[in-house]
Amino acid sequence: MITQAIFRAIDRKAIWLVSILLLVAVAVPAANLIIPPGQFGHIPVYLVTLFGKYLTYAMLALALDLVWGYCGILSLGHGAFFALGGYAMGMYLMRQVGDRGVYANPDLPDFMVFLNWQELPWYWLGFDNFWFACAMVMLVPGTLAFIFGFLAFRSRVTGVYLSIMTQAMTYALLLAFFRNDMGFGGNNGLTDFKEILGASVQADTTRAALFAATAVGLAISVLICSTIVNSKLGKVMIAVRDAESRTRFLGYRVEYVKLFAFTVSAVIAGVAGALYVPQIGIINPGEFAPANSIEVVIWTAVGGRGTIIGPIIGAVLVNVGKSYFTGAFPEIWLFALGALFVVTTLFLPKGIVGLIGQYRTMTTRREQHQRPEPTEHKPASDVQPKPAE
Amino acid sequence: MTEKIDTMLYLDGVSVAFDGFKAINKLSIIVHPAEMLAIIGPNGAGKTTMMDIITGKTRPDDGEILFNGRTDLTQLDEAAIANLGIGRKFQKPTVFESQTIWDNLEMALRKPRGIFATLFYASDQADVDHITEILETVRLLSRKDDLAADLSHGQKQWLEIGMLLAQDPKLLLVDEPVAGMTDAETVETAKLLKQIAKTRSVVVVEHDMSFVRDLDSRVTCLAEGSVLAEGSLEQVSANPHVIERYLGR
Ligand SMILES: Nc1ncnc2c1ncn2[C@@H]1O[C@H](COP(=O)(O)OP(=O)(O)OP(=O)(O)O)[C@@H](O)[C@H]1O
Ligand SMILES: [Mg+2]
Repeated sequence: MITQAIFRAIDRKAIWLVSILLLVAVAVPAANLIIPPGQFGHIPVYLVTLFGKYLTYAMLALALDLVWGYCGILSLGHGAFFALGGYAMGMYLMRQVGDRGVYANPDLPDFMVFLNWQELPWYWLGFDNFWFACAMVMLVPGTLAFIFGFLAFRSRVTGVYLSIMTQAMTYALLLAFFRNDMGFGGNNGLTDFKEILGASVQADTTRAALFAATAVGLAISVLICSTIVNSKLGKVMIAVRDAESRTRFLGYRVEYVKLFAFTVSAVIAGVAGALYVPQIGIINPGEFAPANSIEVVIWTAVGGRGTIIGPIIGAVLVNVGKSYFTGAFPEIWLFALGALFVVTTLFLPKGIVGLIGQYRTMTTRREQHQRPEPTEHKPASDVQPKPAE
Repeated sequence: MTEKIDTMLYLDGVSVAFDGFKAINKLSIIVHPAEMLAIIGPNGAGKTTMMDIITGKTRPDDGEILFNGRTDLTQLDEAAIANLGIGRKFQKPTVFESQTIWDNLEMALRKPRGIFATLFYASDQADVDHITEILETVRLLSRKDDLAADLSHGQKQWLEIGMLLAQDPKLLLVDEPVAGMTDAETVETAKLLKQIAKTRSVVVVEHDMSFVRDLDSRVTCLAEGSVLAEGSLEQVSANPHVIERYLGR
């Protein structure tokens, strides 16, 4: 049953995308580690990490697209799930520091010693274990999304009200994580990591491995998302997006459809955050900033929502642009981003991918016109399909 | 008087008010198993609102609504009511425009509606045959891979009727099915609905009198949220109140 669903999802596009990602997962680390510096084809380690960061953003955008593009839930708080996954990984990395911190306390991270805490708070227990931390990376964002979604979707909060609630959620978490007594390092967050799974986080090999893990993680996310959207449940999600009330009258529980998409999406976002933190080397409350979540929406819109590849393209392109602009003309980046969003909304409602799709339908329609019309019986009032608007 | 338990749909003393305006006023209607009931009445009589109440979209302020003689519909939501076996076609045809005609029917097909059952659903030959048969009945087979948005108004009506068939309900509530159809299609629709009513209960709302005549069923005329007249089409259309309030205008 499950294998059938996965096989159906593996259409040509998904195969291509997954193959490219797996190729990238091998090729980029190889180009860094095997090709010596200075020779053609060598990718310096800072670029490996930068690309790795883009791919975690791509994963976050894909997660958002699952709820926004396919299910019509415009979440303006997806950065919260990303940050929570990041914090869970950050907690593991903090515990790995051990007694190599400034205060050389074997149990307590530096910021706790600084605050004069005597012992580790209960919610930090277990995070010295990598697998426990990995479970939390998925469980914490997933549980939050489940509870939030259960309450919101059951009371039929939709549209702009839901968006505002998600924005409020990430803002509330921002304020909470800023507090020192929350036990997550307050303003400074978690940083000065030393090791992950016994390997130095600074080592080239570790960075290459983290990049490979991110590319594979994105490939798995693509498989999960395309399995969902190509299933009948994916069709029902689109039905909910387009005509929510009608879907109820067919007997589908719209609130559960949304809850499923929202929770899966939050888990993917959490994993993306967990892959982001060891590569960037820090997680702080700034990741909960509402503006971050809104940026994710822009990446997704620019790439093309309601497609699997769109958000990935959008996240990578916009962030390449951001890296360039913030280096070359830092003061105009926000204007450029705003302008990009306006242009996309006005002229490219389906994003970059939609533009390619439009070109393709134009050419196939032309081909169809050259073929003779089918001659089977049709009811008298039958009209020809409207030409593309 | 019929026993409640023998009815498919039983409405007794149902009322609903919107901001003090009584859209439905002590409405009582009975539909038997395998029976067709045509409902006529002026604009704003409350015909659509009645369907909203039965299908759980609107909560009645007062009154009793039973399905199949037992189930109290006032306590259930839209999805639960649909899953009991009540299908509805909307006055404004509502199909899933961005999806193909085939997918519209596949979603409507009577199958487990749970999240994981839907996620791992794989159509078997019986399902494919069933959808194909429905597509033939509603004459959309040649359009099965087209988007629903590309259909004409009348064809969307057909598609929505097809979705009703796929749902395989015990009770069909059909709101103005022939709006936008040609005369020939209207005749076909009447035939199809009569065929369906051999095994299921059907409630049809329509303003097209020749269509109602073709249905050849019991007729109820609503006005201002209550029953104005009941009986055969001849009896109802001869009723002086009906002539004054509806037909004579
Ligand atoms: N949700 C609502 N809020 C306020 N008023 C409503 C609502 N739904 C219906 N009404 C009012 O109730 C009355 C009955 O409307 P309804 O749509 O049921 O009429 P109808 O008999 O279906 O008419 P038509 O033949 O034009 O379709 C109308 O006056 C309408 O404005
Ligand atoms: Mg109406």
